[in-house]
Amino acid sequence: MAVAQEHAIPEGRSSSPFWTVARRDSLAGFLFIAPQLIGVVVFVLIPLGLVFWYSLHEWDVLANTFTYTGAQNYRMLIEDTNLLEVLGATAIFSAGLVVFNLSLALLLAVLLNQKLAGIAIFRTLFFSPVVVSLVAWTIVWGFLLQKNGGINGVLQVFGIEGPNWLREETTAMISVIVVQVFKNVGLNMILFLAALQGVPNELYEAARIDGAPRFKQFRRITLPLISPTILLTSIITIVGSLQVFAQIAVLTQGGPGLSTTVLVYYLYQQAFQFHFFGYGSTLSILLFLIVAVLTFAQWQMRKRIVFYEN
Amino acid sequence: MNYHKSLKSAVAAWAIAAPLAWSGFANAQDAVNLRMTIWSANEAHLKLFNEIAAGFKKDHPDVTVTYESLPFDTYTTALTTQIAGGNAPDMAWIFETAAYDFVNSGALYPLTDTLKAAKDYNLDELSATAAERWSKDGKLYAYPFSTSPFAMFVNNDVIKAAGAKTPAELIAAGHWTWDNAIATASAVGRGDKVAGKGGLIVRDFNYQMWQNLASIWNGWGASPWSADGKTCSMTEKPMVDALTFIHDAIFKKKAIPGPGENVDFFAGNAAMTITQISRASLLPKDKPFAWDLVPLPKGPAGDYALIGQAGIGVMQAGKNAKTAAEFVAYMTNPQNSIKLSQFFPSARKSLLNAEVLKKTNPLLSQEQLDKVVISGITTGKVIPGHTGFAQIQQAVRSGLDAVWRPDADIPGTLQKICGQIGPLLKR
Repeated sequence: MAVAQEHAIPEGRSSSPFWTVARRDSLAGFLFIAPQLIGVVVFVLIPLGLVFWYSLHEWDVLANTFTYTGAQNYRMLIEDTNLLEVLGATAIFSAGLVVFNLSLALLLAVLLNQKLAGIAIFRTLFFSPVVVSLVAWTIVWGFLLQKNGGINGVLQVFGIEGPNWLREETTAMISVIVVQVFKNVGLNMILFLAALQGVPNELYEAARIDGAPRFKQFRRITLPLISPTILLTSIITIVGSLQVFAQIAVLTQGGPGLSTTVLVYYLYQQAFQFHFFGYGSTLSILLFLIVAVLTFAQWQMRKRIVFYEN
Repeated sequence: MNYHKSLKSAVAAWAIAAPLAWSGFANAQDAVNLRMTIWSANEAHLKLFNEIAAGFKKDHPDVTVTYESLPFDTYTTALTTQIAGGNAPDMAWIFETAAYDFVNSGALYPLTDTLKAAKDYNLDELSATAAERWSKDGKLYAYPFSTSPFAMFVNNDVIKAAGAKTPAELIAAGHWTWDNAIATASAVGRGDKVAGKGGLIVRDFNYQMWQNLASIWNGWGASPWSADGKTCSMTEKPMVDALTFIHDAIFKKKAIPGPGENVDFFAGNAAMTITQISRASLLPKDKPFAWDLVPLPKGPAGDYALIGQAGIGVMQAGKNAKTAAEFVAYMTNPQNSIKLSQFFPSARKSLLNAEVLKKTNPLLSQEQLDKVVISGITTGKVIPGHTGFAQIQQAVRSGLDAVWRPDADIPGTLQKICGQIGPLLKR
């Protein structure tokens, strides 16, 4: 009894020690993610907050003035007569890139998912543009797409007079999309290839025994089983397409007219060329919202279109 | 004993080191590092600039000047980004097209007092027309150290091969007009007698930098906006006529390479090119061709000249604006202006004579110097510029894309462009 009294716990204090195993584990976990968390706060969240703050100001860099203007930049956004055309060009670029990139990547992955001698060489060849410098790649394509460039030279051999690829509104956008597709299709191809190799072979064997044709096997077995990868690549490709800049800057400078002026290039022009940093910040907030909404929508769609084995 | 010895040694070492350390600290405090952004990475240019910086250091041992080369194409964007990032240079070259933005915004430190106070500087001999764009309220805000006329470089080998008249022949006959110049260019560009060669190239225009077309449309007396800069004048007859002439030269006469066609004059692939005389350094030494340099042809509005400029300004945002202004005064004094003029023609009247220019431009003949350089600098208009030029440039560039098509509606397109830039000009 005396012993019990000696170890009696004072009123109001917890009976268990503070550093429980669970708390220690939590602390270790937080410490492990701390470097990344600090990076996200310093390099993502704070700049995001600053961009929003700048969007409420007019910042004249040369005159060194920074004036609070409230929602004026947002009003400018609504009244900007070029914005609709810019958003249209952005949508066309994104849609074109996603459709071409994912289709071609999947087709290449299916073709390269064969057990043939030397197949690794082909996979390497198709992947190699991914590791090439983006600007170097674009400059070379710029030369090829000139009126008197390599592509029209090849067409001429077959008696075809090629268009002025980068100077006509339709062909300029197609050119920019194609250059970007060829640059990055290898990355999605590798992801699809990995997904294809994870599809159990016995499912195909069973389908073959049941007499299912190859296209049906692809539609009923392959596509559902690689749907998580399709979701991942489509999110990456759409977000990437909305952030395209170097290709536009090198190939077309947004022209002809505004036909290839996508949102990122437009905000670069406003902020860095015209020195409207406040309005440029407002445009980047708009871009952030578009990316966030599209990513969220895709993520929600996973419940309908993505097949999870569990 | 040992303890005392050590103590004495330590005190002695401290006594020696402390003043040295203090002097080092004091020197570090006094030392001034000036940074100038430039758009040239040319070794010969940098060598000359470093020589000038070394000369300044003789009288100002505590001042070090370094040069930072930024890419030409994105120069102003990179410069303003540095300013926005709180990393403004002490001095910067400034394009003539961006001059109004820098001068009117108050970004530049006024130079007049410093230049006037500099020994033997003689600021009065700076041509007033050359200084116009860089001045405000009677004060000079950037020194126009390079005032380079546009002229026509000619490849006589290519022209003769095409059976056309050379510009020298046309000048001698008194027929050096735009119509005849385009006829010569067309004879080459059509490729009837010489295949694969271009006619006339407006260098750096590339269907983007439309302001370089002033080298042609000034011959029609055309201008993109009124003299006070408030009203768009692209719809007026001189501009419509000039652009119609250029359009025909491109699409009907094949005298000018079309959009998306790359032809390099200095590789020997074209009959003529309009560019600044400083590009003479690009003439090939390995496979030389018979070249000539002639003034711009006469237009319907008569003789004319066009000049491009670059100014050196001191940034108000820099920490050492006063010292930087003193360096600009040294860099552009009469002696250094002579050195600079081998690459960057000076607007100092005393240097605008064939004797001085011949020494610094050995490739050019006396006649070329008289007719092209001296006449160009003294009579030439500066390439178009305006406050908010980057935005206006982009709006016009985007609008003119509709002109660079075979079936263009030129008056209609110019009307649209004026609708776009009208509000921008009035700001």
